[in-house]
Amino acid sequence: MIPSSPTLPLSEPDTVLEVRDLQVQFETIDGVAPVLEGLSYKLHAGETLAIVGESGCGKTIGALSLLRLAPSPPARITGGAILLNGRDILTLPEEDMRGIRGNDIAMIFQEPMTALNPVLTIGHQIVEPLMLHKRLSRAAAWERAVEMLRLVEIPEPERRVKEYPHQLSGGMRQRAMIAMALACGPKVLVADEPTTALDVTIQAQILALMADLKRRIGTAILLITHDLAVVAQTADRVVVMYAGRVVEDASVFELFENPRHPYTRGLLASIPKLSDGNERQKLEGIPGSVPPVGARPPGCTFAPRCTLAIDACRQSVPALDSVSPTHKVACWAVMDKTSKKELERAIV
Amino acid sequence: MSELSSSPPLLQVDDLIVRYPVKKGLLQPRKHVHAVNGVSFTVRRGETLALVGESGCGKTTVGRSIMRLVRPSSGAIRVDGIDVASLSRRQLKPYRRKIQMVFQDPYASLNPRMTAGEIIGEPLGNFGIAHGADRESRIMSLLERVGLGRSHFHRYPHEFSGGQRQRLGIARALAVEPSLIVGDEPLSALDVSVQAQIVNLLDHLQQEFGLSYLFIAHDLAVVQQISHRVAVMYLGRIVEIGETADIFRAPIHPYTQALLAAVPLPDPRKRRTIEPLRGEVPSPISPPSGCAFHPRCPLAEDRCRREVPRAQEFQAGHFAACHVMARNNQYAALQPVTA
Repeated sequence: MIPSSPTLPLSEPDTVLEVRDLQVQFETIDGVAPVLEGLSYKLHAGETLAIVGESGCGKTIGALSLLRLAPSPPARITGGAILLNGRDILTLPEEDMRGIRGNDIAMIFQEPMTALNPVLTIGHQIVEPLMLHKRLSRAAAWERAVEMLRLVEIPEPERRVKEYPHQLSGGMRQRAMIAMALACGPKVLVADEPTTALDVTIQAQILALMADLKRRIGTAILLITHDLAVVAQTADRVVVMYAGRVVEDASVFELFENPRHPYTRGLLASIPKLSDGNERQKLEGIPGSVPPVGARPPGCTFAPRCTLAIDACRQSVPALDSVSPTHKVACWAVMDKTSKKELERAIV
Repeated sequence: MSELSSSPPLLQVDDLIVRYPVKKGLLQPRKHVHAVNGVSFTVRRGETLALVGESGCGKTTVGRSIMRLVRPSSGAIRVDGIDVASLSRRQLKPYRRKIQMVFQDPYASLNPRMTAGEIIGEPLGNFGIAHGADRESRIMSLLERVGLGRSHFHRYPHEFSGGQRQRLGIARALAVEPSLIVGDEPLSALDVSVQAQIVNLLDHLQQEFGLSYLFIAHDLAVVQQISHRVAVMYLGRIVEIGETADIFRAPIHPYTQALLAAVPLPDPRKRRTIEPLRGEVPSPISPPSGCAFHPRCPLAEDRCRREVPRAQEFQAGHFAACHVMARNNQYAALQPVTA
């Protein structure tokens, strides 16, 4: 493949977080089942990386593992490394891990009502990590809490800071959770489906807020979502997951304009696109459904649903290979074609 | 809103009002939530009408009233010309055969202790439609119609994937050969690749059986895909209704415009740069005076705060309720005045 961009960056931008061959399995009385089978990606400073996939692909377990919060049992990390500024946090003692959660890596969740503590005021929940991690005095921490609420555009922050989660609307709660997550100035913000539970006009507000905050604060964002439209609107790079593995890793433009993996193509063909025309588009969908954890097929897990599957797909797992400097894909059929084309080009 | 077609619509909802009492303190005056505040629309045979709006707009309550899962406070719900809003339980039975529902969560709406065959067969027995071998063969053909197989007959809901469960829910609804299916967010719990399969299935079934759908949804991209007409609700009222193509090409009501502008597009070259709609949906316990949308509306003027706008026709079959837009309504100006 000819690189799509003529100028290659000389050095890679700063990697804040690197996940390397992460393996997670579920251990239950029914047996042991792999959930993540070698998850790898890099998150660079100041970028938004989206991890997309459908239910059961392992995207949420992967995100929780970054904070070592995957529920155990059943989840157990059995291999790989999670490097935060070059340091493997999987080997840290639990005590050091506490210094990282909410401080270096913060997380916001899909449902703010269940993620916030209902018996503590919003302010209390923002102040706590500030006093713990940043050793601020109580008064300074409260001042900062008000400042954070103002930053996320909550009206009347001086009053809201003393309110309880149930007194806020869904959109306001999500803003409060973002304020809480950003209070300590984390290097990485993990956002797990941050707008899925919100109405579309509120979703637009929260996405605009997150984009604005990213510009102003420069926190790297790891966005976990199933919604490709949200990805297109917010991400710089995208990692597509299917049944526990990464199938494609590309810049957002390459992914939407030149998707390579048959699963990614199927996903993109499945989303209804708002248009101002009369015509109804024909949605294609992908036949079949995601295999449940514990019943994944050998070889490429997508092979049973894939129209391009060749023998190799059913036998061994394809590696994530580069098709351009900013685009990787794990597919035997695609690599097969690519190498043939390269051969042809070499012969001509 | 006038109906020009000769045959009566399959479903005609007139000025539907649903109020729920809100329990406050003993001595406080009794308050009501106006979940639905005067909603009128029709669904024609073979047509899909989508009811869209954000949480709390009353779209689900409208659907539940039509199913008579909720008793309307006032208004009429005519099915084939018969008002069913006030029928007794027994009187309702033949009517229930005409209208069936498909729910959002296919798992919560299927009995986990019944096999697929029993789930689909139950309504056949309840309505005395088929027994014995006939029932079994009907169940088999329904399973195949929705893209499941004979092998699924003896399986339980937990053995199905989400998409398959939704297919099962659709088969159950189809069993009694209804004319109208009310779908309350039937696609929103599904993964996108599966969602597309179900959209296509619903489309095929509509063509095959001439079904009508009332589709309650919040995802506008999906709505554009599946519906012939769209009604947009805000705080218990329909603010705009019309052909899908008209609504999406030329939305009239400022709320519809804002709603469409907020939908994220799956194209990184088309990033939204417009200012999102400010504020949030107010509480239906104390809705704003006049046009309920006025506190968030960029066009709001004095009259909007005082007076509830009436629906006006802007194009043939395209109605909106907005004082400001009505002033420039050339269509209405061209129509002959009728008393």
